[in-house]
Amino acid sequence: MSVILVFLLVVLGVAGWWLSHQRLMSKPWLEQGVPAAFPDTDVTGMPTAKIALGIFLAVVGALFALFASAYFMRMDYADWQATPLPSVLWLNTAILVMASIALQIAVAASRQGHGTTVRLALVTAALTTVAFLAGQLMAWRDLTADGYLLDGNPASSFFYLITGMHGLHIVAGIVGLARVSARSMRGSNDENTRLGIELCAMYWHFLLLIWLGVFVLLAGWANDFIAVCRQFLI
Amino acid sequence: MVDITPHADNTVPAAEVADVELYHPKSWWTTYVFSQDAKVIAIQYSGTAIAIGMVALVLSWLMRLQLGFPGTFDFITPEAYYQFITMHGMIMVIYLLTALFLGGFGNYLIPLMVGARDMVFPYANMLSYWIYLLAVLVLVVSFFAPGGPTGAGWTLYPPQAILSGTPGGQAWGIILMLVSLILFIIGFTMGGLNYVVTVLQGRARGMTLMRMPLTVWGIFTATVMALLAFPALFVACVMMLFDRLLGTSFFMPALVELGQQLEYGGGSPILFQHLFWFFGHPEVYIVALPAFGIVSDLISTHARKNIFGYRMMVWAIVIIGALSFVVWAHHMYVSGMHPWFGFFFATTTLIIAVPTALKVYNWVLTLWRGDIHLTLPMLFALAFIVTFVNGGLTGLFLGNVVVDVPLSDTMFVVAHFHMVMGVAPILVIFGAIYHWYPKITGRMLNEAMGQFHFWVTFLGAYAIFFPMHYVGLVGVPRRYPDISGTAFIPESVHTLNAFITIAALVVGFAQLVFLFNLFWSLKFGRDAGGNPWRATSLEWQTPTTPPPHGNWGDTLPVVYRWAYDYSVPGAPEDFIAQNDPGPRTAQAAGPA
Amino acid sequence: MAVALVLVLIVAGSVLFHILSPWWWTPIASNWGYIDTTLVITFWITGAVFAAVVLFMAYCVFKFRHKEGRKAAYEPESKKLETWLTVVTALGVAVMLAPGLFVWYQFVTVPDDAVEVEVVGQQWQWSYRLPGADGRLGTSNSRLISFENPLGVNPDDPNGQDDVVVEAGDLHLPIGKPVKMLLRSIDVLHDFYVPEFRAKMDMVPGTITYFWFTPTRTGTFEVLCAELCGTGHGYMRGIVMVDTEEDYRAWLQDQSTFAQLTAPEKVSAAGDVRP
Repeated sequence: MSVILVFLLVVLGVAGWWLSHQRLMSKPWLEQGVPAAFPDTDVTGMPTAKIALGIFLAVVGALFALFASAYFMRMDYADWQATPLPSVLWLNTAILVMASIALQIAVAASRQGHGTTVRLALVTAALTTVAFLAGQLMAWRDLTADGYLLDGNPASSFFYLITGMHGLHIVAGIVGLARVSARSMRGSNDENTRLGIELCAMYWHFLLLIWLGVFVLLAGWANDFIAVCRQFLI
Repeated sequence: MVDITPHADNTVPAAEVADVELYHPKSWWTTYVFSQDAKVIAIQYSGTAIAIGMVALVLSWLMRLQLGFPGTFDFITPEAYYQFITMHGMIMVIYLLTALFLGGFGNYLIPLMVGARDMVFPYANMLSYWIYLLAVLVLVVSFFAPGGPTGAGWTLYPPQAILSGTPGGQAWGIILMLVSLILFIIGFTMGGLNYVVTVLQGRARGMTLMRMPLTVWGIFTATVMALLAFPALFVACVMMLFDRLLGTSFFMPALVELGQQLEYGGGSPILFQHLFWFFGHPEVYIVALPAFGIVSDLISTHARKNIFGYRMMVWAIVIIGALSFVVWAHHMYVSGMHPWFGFFFATTTLIIAVPTALKVYNWVLTLWRGDIHLTLPMLFALAFIVTFVNGGLTGLFLGNVVVDVPLSDTMFVVAHFHMVMGVAPILVIFGAIYHWYPKITGRMLNEAMGQFHFWVTFLGAYAIFFPMHYVGLVGVPRRYPDISGTAFIPESVHTLNAFITIAALVVGFAQLVFLFNLFWSLKFGRDAGGNPWRATSLEWQTPTTPPPHGNWGDTLPVVYRWAYDYSVPGAPEDFIAQNDPGPRTAQAAGPA
Repeated sequence: MAVALVLVLIVAGSVLFHILSPWWWTPIASNWGYIDTTLVITFWITGAVFAAVVLFMAYCVFKFRHKEGRKAAYEPESKKLETWLTVVTALGVAVMLAPGLFVWYQFVTVPDDAVEVEVVGQQWQWSYRLPGADGRLGTSNSRLISFENPLGVNPDDPNGQDDVVVEAGDLHLPIGKPVKMLLRSIDVLHDFYVPEFRAKMDMVPGTITYFWFTPTRTGTFEVLCAELCGTGHGYMRGIVMVDTEEDYRAWLQDQSTFAQLTAPEKVSAAGDVRP
C-alpha cells in the first residue's frame, strides 16, 4: 500500500497547506464582526468548476495509486512474470503528449481570441486522443496475439485492467471535449467556453501524467525503486 | 462584486442574488422527482436509505430469531442465514449510514448551514441520487436473482465470496453485489464533489471556516475521506469482478474446491483484505465524523451553551480524519499478514483514541454549567454519548493487537461495532431528525411518540449489545447460525441469546412508531415556526420555513459571528443568530 | 431527574452485570495467561473511564437541567483543562498499549524448541500433519492434492514420507511442550480457533501462517472455525486433546504415516498428480 500512502501524503500536504491559511488557530468567539475583516479565509476567486475538477482529479489519482499499490503487492507472489511492453506504447505516449500540447495551445489561443487556432487545436486534440485509444487497442491486440491473455499471468491481467481503466477515463474526457468543441465550433469564445477548454487541458495533462506513471509501472522501471524502498520498510 | 464596506452601524449590505432560472417554480416532475434542489434530493436520499434500511432491519430480526431460537425456524437455513447477515451488514453500513449521513444530511444541511442557495452543481447532485437509487435497485434485484443474494459476509473476502461453497458465489448474488457497490461509488463521487466544493466555494460572506457549525465540519471531512477511501473499494470490487467473470487471479490462489482443482493460481486473498480495509476503516469514520459534528450542535443548542473547545473539536475532526487512513490493518491482526505490522497498527489505532476521547470530554464539558433542555434531540445526544463511549472503549480491546487475538471474530467484535458505529450513529440520526424535522416540514414531531421511541430504542439497544460482549468473551464466534452442541458454551448463553433476540424485536418494532410519527406529524404536528429551538446557525434563519428552492429569497445571509453564541453575557436573549450584526456586550471584541 | 437516574442506573447495571455475570472466558489451557492479564487491565481502565464519563454526565443533567431563569455559563474553552485531559488520556492509552505490545512480541516470537504441527483447513473439516521421527514436515503444494493425497504432501520430499497424517480426525498434543501451529488451507480462508488456547490465526490458501502456544492443561477442547468459509462454516468443528506424554505416545503409535497411506497406490498416484 506504499504508493497510495505516498499519494495520500501529497494530498494531505496540499490540504494541510490550504488549512494553514484558514486561521485554524484563531478564536472565533472573539472575532465577531464584519466579514470584510477576514479576506484570506473567504472563498477563493478561482472558478468553482476548476476547484471541483482538481478534487475530482485527486480522486482519480487515488484510484490509480491504489491500482499501482495492488500491482506491487501482487507482484511479490511467485507466479508473477512480467509482460513485455508492446512497442506501440511509445508511439501512443507521444500521441497523448501531442494531445496535451494541442489543448495547451487551445487554451492560449482562446485567451487571445484566435478562434481559428482554437478550433484547429481542439480538433487536433480530439483526433490525437482518438488515435491514442486506437493505439491502446492495438497494444491489446498485439499482446493477445503473443499469448498474453487477460486470464493469463497476473502481470497481463493488470496490463489490461489498468490501461482499460485509463482508457475509460480518456473516453469520458472525450465526451467533455466534444461538448466544448461543439460550443467553440459555433463561434463562441465566451468565458464559459474558455473555462471549458482550460478544464479539458487540465484533465488531459493529468491523465497524461497518470499515463506516464502507468507506463513506468508496466515497463517495470519502478520495480528497482520499490525494491530499494522495501529495504527500509521491512 | 459585493460592496463590503461596513456601514456606520457595523453591518455589511447583503449580497443580492442574481435571478436564476433554476429557482423558479417548475412542473411537478422537476420539483419533486427530477429535482435539482439539494433539499429535495436530501429527502429522496433519506427516504431511499430508510426504506432499504428497513429491509436490513427485518433481516436482523430473522438472523436474531435464528440465533435466539436455533432450530425453530426451518426456513432459515445456513445459506439463508449467511445471506441475511451479509445483506444486513452491507445495507446498514453503505446504503443506509453512508447514504443518509452524506447524501441525506449533507445535502440538506450543507447549503443551508453555509448560507448557499444550493449545491454548486445541482445537476450532478441530482444524478448522484439517481445512480444511488439504481445501486439500491440492483441490490434489491439480487434478492430475487437465481441463487439469491451473496452470503459472503459484508467483507466479501475472497476466495469464498466467488466460490460455490458460499451462497451466491457462483450465481448472480456476488456479481450484483459488486456491480451495485461500483454504482454506489460512482454516484457517491458525484455527490461528494458537490458537498466538498460547496463548502469551499459556496459559503456566504463572512462564513469563515472557523465560523462553520461542527456539523458542516464533520460532513465536510467525512466526504473528503470518502472520496479518497471509496476508490479502494472500487478497485477491490473491479478486481474481484474480473476474478469472478474473466478468470483472472488477482485474489485467487491455487485451490481445490470440494475435490476439484480450480483454474486459479497464485493470487493473494490478503491483497483484497488490504484494499477492503483501506476503504473499510475510513468508512467507520465516514459514518462517525458527521455524527460527531451533528451531536456537537445538538448538545450545544439544547444546553444553550457554546460547544466547549470549538477549536479543539475542529482539529480533532481533521486529525481523526487523517489518522484513520493509517489504521486499516487493525482489522487484520489475525489475517496472517506479517506479524510486525501489528506493532505499528496497534500504536496508530490507540493514538486515534486520544483525539476521539477529547471530543467526548468536550461534549460532556459542554453540558457542565449549561442550561440543559431535555428535549428529544438532547436525549438522543446523551444516549449517543453513552453508547459511543461504551463502544469506543471496547475498541481499545480490539485495537490492542494481542487482546484482539482471543476476541477477534467472536460476538465481542459484533457487539463492539454495533455499539460504536451502529447504535451510536443511528441515535444521532434520530436526534438529528427530531431536531431538523421542524425546518424540513414546518411542524414538530409528536413528543409522546418520540419519548416512547427514544426510551425503547436507547435502553433496548443497550440491552441488546452490552450483554453481547460477554457472549463473545465466553468464546462464541460470530457468523455461526447455531452454536448448540458446543461443550464450552454454557446453557445460560442460549438463554442470554434468546433475551437479546427479544430485545432486538422490541427495538425493531419501536422504529415503526418512529416511522408512523414522521408521517403523522406531517399533518398533525404542532406548528414549529422558523426557529423553534432558538438556534444560532443559518439554517434556522431562512426567511420562510420550509425553505423554498434557492433557500434565501432575494438576498444571501451575511455572517457576523460563529455558530455558538449561546448565553452570551449581557445579550438580551440566550442566543445570537450567526447573521445578527448586533454587537456583543460582554467582550465587545472586534476582529482580532 | 429521571434521565440522570437512568444514566446512573446504566452505569450501576453495567458494573453489576460485569461482576455478577456467569459469562466469562473459558478456563485457560495455554501459556497465554498474559493475554488475559492485558485484557483485565483494559477492562479496569475502560470500565473506570466509562463510569466516570457517564456519571459526570448524569450529574450535569441533574444539576444543570433547565429551570426557569437558569442561564448557561459562558466558557468557550479552557486550554489548561483540555491539555490535562489529553495528557491523562494519552497516559491511560499508553498503560494499555505497552503491555499489549510486550505480549504481542512474545506472541510472534516462536521459541526454538517448538514442535511444528500442521493444521489443514478445507470446507468444512480439519486435518492435521505431524512430523515423523525426523522431526521435520515435508513440503506440500495444493496442486498435488488428489483423492489419494488429500493434503497435497509432496511425495518426492523424503522429509514427508514419515509425516503422520490425520485426515478429518482429532488432534492430540502433549502437555507442556511448545507447539508451532503451521496453518494451511486448501480452499478458502479458515481460522483455527480453540477458545481455551486464546491464540488464533487465519489460514490463507496459498500461504502458510502460524501461531505458537504451550498447552498447560490436559483435556478435550473444541476447535471452531473463526473465519467465514461458506455455508458449512458454523459446523466446521473439530477436537484437540491435550494428553500426558504417555497417552500422547500411545495415540501417535496408532496413526498412519504419509508413506503408509499412499504405499499401495504410490506408483500410480505419482503419475496421476496434475502439474
